[in-house]
Amino acid sequence: MQKGCHMQKKVLQLLVDNTSGVLSRIAGLFSRRGYNIDSITAGVTADPRFTRITIVTSGDDEILDQIEKQVAKLIDVRDLKELRPGESVYRELAMIKVRVSMAQRQDVIAVANLFRANVIDVTPESLMIELTGDQDKIEAFIRMLDGYEILELARTGIAGLGRGIENVTYLE
Amino acid sequence: MLGADAMVKCLEEEGVKYVFGYPGVAICPFYNSILDSDIHTILIRTEQNAAHAASGLARVTGQVGVCAVTSGPGATNVITGIATAFADSIPLVCITGQVNSELLGSDVFQEADITGAVESFVKYSYLVRNADEIPRIFKEAFYIANSGRKGPVLIDVPIDIQNAVINRFKYPEEVTMRTYKPTVKGHAVQIKKVVKELSKAKRPIICAGGGVLLSDAEQELRAFAQKHRVPVVSTMMGIGVMPTRHPMYYGMVGNNGNPYANRAMNESDLLIMVGARVADRAVSQPDLITENKVLVHIDVDPAEIGKNVGPTIPLVGDAKHIIADFMEEEFVCEHEEWIQTLNGYRETMGRIRKPNPDFVDPAEFIRMLSEAMAENAVYVADVGQNQIWSCNYHIVKDGRFLTTGGMGTMGYSIPAAMGAKLADKNRQVVAVCGDGSFQMSMMELATMRQFDIPVKIIVLKNNYLGMVREYQHYTYKDNYSVVDLSGSPDLEKLSSAYDMKFMRLCTMERAQETIDEFLMGNESVLLECLIDPMDLVK
Repeated sequence: MQKGCHMQKKVLQLLVDNTSGVLSRIAGLFSRRGYNIDSITAGVTADPRFTRITIVTSGDDEILDQIEKQVAKLIDVRDLKELRPGESVYRELAMIKVRVSMAQRQDVIAVANLFRANVIDVTPESLMIELTGDQDKIEAFIRMLDGYEILELARTGIAGLGRGIENVTYLE
Repeated sequence: MLGADAMVKCLEEEGVKYVFGYPGVAICPFYNSILDSDIHTILIRTEQNAAHAASGLARVTGQVGVCAVTSGPGATNVITGIATAFADSIPLVCITGQVNSELLGSDVFQEADITGAVESFVKYSYLVRNADEIPRIFKEAFYIANSGRKGPVLIDVPIDIQNAVINRFKYPEEVTMRTYKPTVKGHAVQIKKVVKELSKAKRPIICAGGGVLLSDAEQELRAFAQKHRVPVVSTMMGIGVMPTRHPMYYGMVGNNGNPYANRAMNESDLLIMVGARVADRAVSQPDLITENKVLVHIDVDPAEIGKNVGPTIPLVGDAKHIIADFMEEEFVCEHEEWIQTLNGYRETMGRIRKPNPDFVDPAEFIRMLSEAMAENAVYVADVGQNQIWSCNYHIVKDGRFLTTGGMGTMGYSIPAAMGAKLADKNRQVVAVCGDGSFQMSMMELATMRQFDIPVKIIVLKNNYLGMVREYQHYTYKDNYSVVDLSGSPDLEKLSSAYDMKFMRLCTMERAQETIDEFLMGNESVLLECLIDPMDLVK
């Protein structure tokens, strides 16, 4: 069986019991079976008993199918769905610290404004910018900073939700 | 009531009769509480064997096997046993003592992160943080272990939790787990599809795996095969689903299986895999079982279906339910020619061995032994050449054949046989091992003696790690590396040290009398059979 010939990305949304070790169970499953994690984000939901996890993974059809089955098999996992591109919204937060001189500062702020990014820290030699968006937007913004020295960059990985109310999972 | 009392109470509620284990400070509150219970405790001589013994008991009773060990090294020693049960899908609940909750993570004496360490070998694990959770956790653990695809569950209980006072003990009557609901009943549409394929098929075959035994569906499968005259082959874990001499049974498949069983599977036009993983030892080339045939894959674990091979018709559910559903369908399945062909293969494609007359021939010996064994006897095969000979030559009548086909853990047979014997002390239980695997568990002769567990043991002795030697024979042209077992103990003296009857068989000349004497009575005997060190399973 040739693996990895038709690699594609998939965004999975998990609703899991907020037990100790739940993240390591999920991350451990991916690492021991050799599945890819492009990004993983986790945070408690409105109900503190549960955590929502968004995983971006990649693989061919067979592997992606196995990933869903193996993840669904974990006992802490209450709900698993794929967040398909057209039917879902993805967001990622990036924080970027750029070295800028006094002369460059206004140019960088202008680019940040174009992307509706916020300047959240400023010093005589640097700017820190906060940007939210899908991955393409963040990558486009980083490309716009080409020519400036990026001192530090932190990205959260994407969080996502399906659109509308049709696919909401209600938990008692 | 203390947390430890509650743990014992939970085991009583679950109907547990035996706990296999090894104490240490961190599990002492539990072992103190169990003194007041009717549950028997078996002091095994090393923790790994506690899990194997619990596995043997679980496999013959269908109930969850239980072991209880201490923290740190006790817990890490039991991991191989847990991993074996996981690979073979055997239901276990393994209780580990743990250091004081407040000291967790500080690397104190005999602390090990056991829930972290066994993560990939358990269905689930619990670290108990509050003694009031004990009843719920135990109820869930037993339910998870013995439902769906069965397997081990670990409960790690810090010593302060065992010593904590519980105000009220109430064992839950039902499990309420929203996230865990195994599919038991097969999908009606899929069942109809299979029936349609069965009525069309010219060369149908069923390949039965260990899942059929785990769901207690042997009788159903035999009846189904009989009614529609569908031939059956099995994987190693599926040996015993069909009596060896059942007319519809064509033996074990796989790289160590019968040539005619493999041929039958490859030439079929409809292959129904039931409770089998399609793992590498049974099916080394998955494309062979999908080419030119319809593949139906029945398994209670949806993740197994499509993992190694993409079936035409996937069918998730418990084998017992699904076969019962098949039985209710009325259809005609005609393929008499196919059966004649397979019977021809069976007659002409048997193995030909050229045994060395100076030694015991393990093949003929195992055949004669199983002929002489009781109808419902339990035969436990270890790992190595002995396992392959056992699979190929043991005749299952109405008993059980136990071995670890998934993990292949040496030393499994003696502790597993002890577990099986405890389930019913009047049932004949024979463990067959090699001199390598015997030495991995020989410390358990003391346990057998202490608790009067009269297992009969056969050691096929060749002074080699035979399976590896055979591999080195083929792969490295007889460049033997680290397979010579010189220095092994004199088994006659060893038996006498444990006050156990000893017998020796050097050639086939006195095989029948020796076997008859060996099997006589309900007492432990160690029978050493000297086999040709150069003998090969292939």
